[in-house]
Amino acid sequence: NLMTDESPRVPEMATQEVQPNETLTHLKTESDTLKTKLEEERAKLHDVELHQVAEKVDGLGQFIMKTRRTLKGHGNKVLCMDWCKDKRRIVSSSQDGKVIVWDAFTTNKEHAVTMPCTWVMACAYAPSGCAVACGGLDNKCSVYPLSLDKNENLAAKKKSVAMHTNYLSACSFTNSDMQILTSSGDGTCALWDVESGQLLQSFHGHAADVLCLDLAPSETGNTFVSGGCDKKANVWDMRSGQCIQSFETHESDINSVRYYPSGDAFASGSDDATCRLYDLRADREVAIYSKESIIFGVSSVDFSLSGRLLFGGYNDYTINVWDVLKGTRVSILFGHENRVSTLRVSPDGTAFCTGSWDHTLRV
Amino acid sequence: QQAYGCDKRPVVRADPAEARPLTSNPLHAIEDIVTLIQDETDGVPIRTVKSFMTKIPSVVTGTDIVQWLMKNLSIDDPAEAMHVGSLIAAQGYFFPISDHVLSLKDDGTFYRFQAPYFWPSNRWEPENTDYAIYLCKRTMQNKTRLELADYEAENLARLQRAFARKWEFIYMQAEAQVKIDRKKDKTERKILDSQERAFWDVHRPVPGCVNTTEMDIRKCRRMKNPHRVKKSVYGLAEEATQSQSPVHTPLQLCRKGTKEDVKKEILFLNTQLDRHCMKMSKVSESLISYTEQYMDYDPFVTGQEPPNPWTSDDPSLWDLETSKEPGLQRVKKWGFSLEEALKDSAGQELFLKFLESEFSSENLRFWLAVQGLKRMPQQEVAQRAQDIWAEFLAEGAPSSINLDSHSYERTNQNLKDPGRYSYEDAQDHIYKLMKSDSYARFLRSNVYQDLLRKKVNGKSLASKRLTGLMQSS
Repeated sequence: NLMTDESPRVPEMATQEVQPNETLTHLKTESDTLKTKLEEERAKLHDVELHQVAEKVDGLGQFIMKTRRTLKGHGNKVLCMDWCKDKRRIVSSSQDGKVIVWDAFTTNKEHAVTMPCTWVMACAYAPSGCAVACGGLDNKCSVYPLSLDKNENLAAKKKSVAMHTNYLSACSFTNSDMQILTSSGDGTCALWDVESGQLLQSFHGHAADVLCLDLAPSETGNTFVSGGCDKKANVWDMRSGQCIQSFETHESDINSVRYYPSGDAFASGSDDATCRLYDLRADREVAIYSKESIIFGVSSVDFSLSGRLLFGGYNDYTINVWDVLKGTRVSILFGHENRVSTLRVSPDGTAFCTGSWDHTLRV
Repeated sequence: QQAYGCDKRPVVRADPAEARPLTSNPLHAIEDIVTLIQDETDGVPIRTVKSFMTKIPSVVTGTDIVQWLMKNLSIDDPAEAMHVGSLIAAQGYFFPISDHVLSLKDDGTFYRFQAPYFWPSNRWEPENTDYAIYLCKRTMQNKTRLELADYEAENLARLQRAFARKWEFIYMQAEAQVKIDRKKDKTERKILDSQERAFWDVHRPVPGCVNTTEMDIRKCRRMKNPHRVKKSVYGLAEEATQSQSPVHTPLQLCRKGTKEDVKKEILFLNTQLDRHCMKMSKVSESLISYTEQYMDYDPFVTGQEPPNPWTSDDPSLWDLETSKEPGLQRVKKWGFSLEEALKDSAGQELFLKFLESEFSSENLRFWLAVQGLKRMPQQEVAQRAQDIWAEFLAEGAPSSINLDSHSYERTNQNLKDPGRYSYEDAQDHIYKLMKSDSYARFLRSNVYQDLLRKKVNGKSLASKRLTGLMQSS
């Protein structure tokens, strides 16, 4: 429970001698001065644009991307999905409280669970493939071990892991079945021990709902990025709970964040109808993906395996495919009959899956 | 200064020099478009069309709208323009005059623009009483164009049952509306009737059509009208009870900066100032070279052997990948970075084998043990941390690793309160060692080079065989 003060190992803030005349205004002026200085320093490194350097890169040919599988079975809006490491199974969750595990290759449903709440906004597959996690309006994240026995009632083995004080917006296992990272409408992210339900670390810094998160792909990394309704994307150190980098260039809610495959950059999708690329080494936004004809928000983004393509699912029912390096749109895909709410590329990059308010998923 | 991609967000204004600012609300963007499209100089020609014995006032054709969208939103493909236009129609900003289904067709179909009174940005949430009044008054008007559609008749029947007790009231309101409407000029009435109908097509859509008033529940709380006060379209007194959004908790505004917050921010900013950052040119080169290296492995960019299971319906690619026999592409990838080699279980195995031949396998085993430690359930962490110390770092440890004294001291200290991150420094040091030293030698080693050669030969043998087959047939 985040309300009890059990935050472990958050380093003590360097305590300063409090000057009696250190008013809020005085501090704010200092903060603003620093911000200006930081902008100036960063501007010095802004010697060229990514798309300019990328002019030497060969253009991509025409793409023919088609729907290869359509998964029907949800009775209401699909809100979230995740791939299993086996590259063919997926878990999806819906507004009607159902969580379904599919073999997307055969389109067979393998498991189904009904949650006690509606709007299951988050779901995730465990790395072992033996469990799924989900949650939403119940403010919790629960883990369901997947039984080989199709007749077994999955709900019976349910394990309640995370507890927030507002809706669960996203969840992800770390590289083990034993820890889960969550984000919430209560403005925080948190890391939990699955077995005991213990809160291992909490992450404070967003000024409003946190809507999304993504773990850094590195085997050795201990960082993740989150995006929120405060228009900020924050990079966190999982060990200390500290925010190590922050980016604020979007004009509205950030609905989705995803690391570029090398882990040196990440993309974001926002209600301001743009996707953006931020590089961690440059500590700035390095590309913006937008078009005049795209006026509805981006709900979810993901990269192709090499990072050359960025797929964006939009609230105007389409998927726009961007050339990450050149900044141009290479394709627009129609098919869904309502908002695309979730999009993930498969673990081996052979396909991507989208979920929509039209009740279906497409691969 | 922001970075901009190739496609700048430009201009939907009379003055091309003035860029349209990015908006956080699609409705505002749509309203800009809809305002401009009706402009006398820059918009589509809105006219009255003579048809048989009547006049159809204030219409444009679907084609007009599609063409205008293509020109003013820089759209190349008419299908895309139709899609954008259909969305604008579905939101309720213009509508076909002879259809309840709100979509845009690229032909001579007539469309009319919606009155700003009915615009969605006014946050309408009309009650069923209003809808009942509307349907009821439609039945009072004896004109063919105002006949109820089947689904509307069904809705009316349902409402009559639901509001059985206050139906007299509803009927009276409907009569009053009819009276008001009769006073209006004939042409004006045509226009207003159609706009009113289009309003209801948005809020009570044809079964099977998307209800564009549905909201993402996560965003509801922060709307301008969080209590969603329901105002009546027909001027009825507001409902006594206000329904609450199910996710409604006291509106949590963005936290204002308290002194503590600003102090934290100052600390953060100072840390950022000390950060050594890379120039854009260098960062760009790095992103480009990474992507180019992996493009051969990207199924969306380069065709794979065996083919993509999703397009071929053949899962051979996956069977091959789970097999212990890695293909040439996989083996090549281990040469990209130590990270790639360790990510792949076969690569990891080979690297370990190589290290054993050099009597330095304890480094990799230590690294793997620490990875395992971080993945354990909390309860088991402390014990495992102690075990790792005993195995790799204690005096006389069976798999003694070589740490610099600084890392050794820190780790020793950490072990007083053992946790999953007790070995971070040590692991980092060992990883750097392997990367700069053993890994480079591994790539030049016989175990790796032989395997590569074997895979290359295997591949060219296979293709020779294939050519042979083709030649002989």
